[in-house]
Amino acid sequence: MPQFEKTARVEENCVACGNCVKSCPLSAITVYKGLYALVDENKCVGCGKCKNACPAGVIELYPKGGVL
Amino acid sequence: MKKRWYDYLWIFSSIYLVLGFFNILFAWLGLICFITPLLISIIGGSKAYCNRYCGRGQLFELLGGRFGLSRKKTPPKFLSSKWFRYSFLTFFMVMFFLIVYSTYLVFAGATLNEAVTLLWVFKLPWQWVNTSFVSPWIAQFAFGFYGVVLTSTVLGPITMLLFKPRSWCVYCPMGTMTQGICKIKHRKG
Repeated sequence: MPQFEKTARVEENCVACGNCVKSCPLSAITVYKGLYALVDENKCVGCGKCKNACPAGVIELYPKGGVL
Repeated sequence: MKKRWYDYLWIFSSIYLVLGFFNILFAWLGLICFITPLLISIIGGSKAYCNRYCGRGQLFELLGGRFGLSRKKTPPKFLSSKWFRYSFLTFFMVMFFLIVYSTYLVFAGATLNEAVTLLWVFKLPWQWVNTSFVSPWIAQFAFGFYGVVLTSTVLGPITMLLFKPRSWCVYCPMGTMTQGICKIKHRKG
C-alpha cells in the first residue's frame, strides 16, 4: 500500500487559510491557533488532496518518519 | 459531506456584488465581511472565518473548482511570502484610511465624489444611483468601500484563472491581518 508510506507536511509560509482542512478526507489537518496548518501524521495516508488544495503550494508529501 | 448553512455564503457574496450596481449604499453591508473575521480572530484567536464563513473564497472554489475556471497551477512563491503579504496588507490599509479620510472631508463639507475607484487608479462614474436620501458622507464611504471590494473582485478571479481556485486566500489582506492578530494573541497568551 504505497500511499501509507507518505505523509503531508506543511512548509514555511503557510497562510492558514484552511483549504487543506476541508480537502482532507480523514480530518487529519487542523489550523493551529490560526497560525499554520498542522498535519496529524498518525492519521495522514499521504493521499495528496491537501497538496492539491493548498493555494499557497506549501504542502509537500514526505516519506513517513523521514526528516524534512 | 453534509452541507452546513455557512457553505452557502457564496450566495450572499454574489448578491452583495450585484446589489452595489443597483444602489451603492449596499456597499455598507460589506463591513460585515470586514469586521466578522477581525472579531473571530480577536475574540476566538482563530482563522475560522477563512475556511468556514468566507463567501468570496467559496465563490472562487465554485467557479475555479466545479466550473473549471482555473488552471490549478501552484502560484509563484513570492505570493505567499511574508514581505509580499504584509506589503499588500499595508497598501490596502492605506487605501482604506484614505477612504475614511475622504468620508471625513465630505462630512466636513466637501463635495461628494460619485465614482468608484477600480484598482486604485481607474475612476468609474457611478452617477445612476440616487443617494440623496442619506447624508453625503454615508454615500462617500459607500463609493470608496465598494471600490475596494471591486478591486479585490478583479484581482481574485485573475489569480483564480492563472493559478489555483482560491489563490486569493494566499494574499488576501483580511487573511493576513487575522493571521497577524492570531500571532500577537497567542504570543501574549
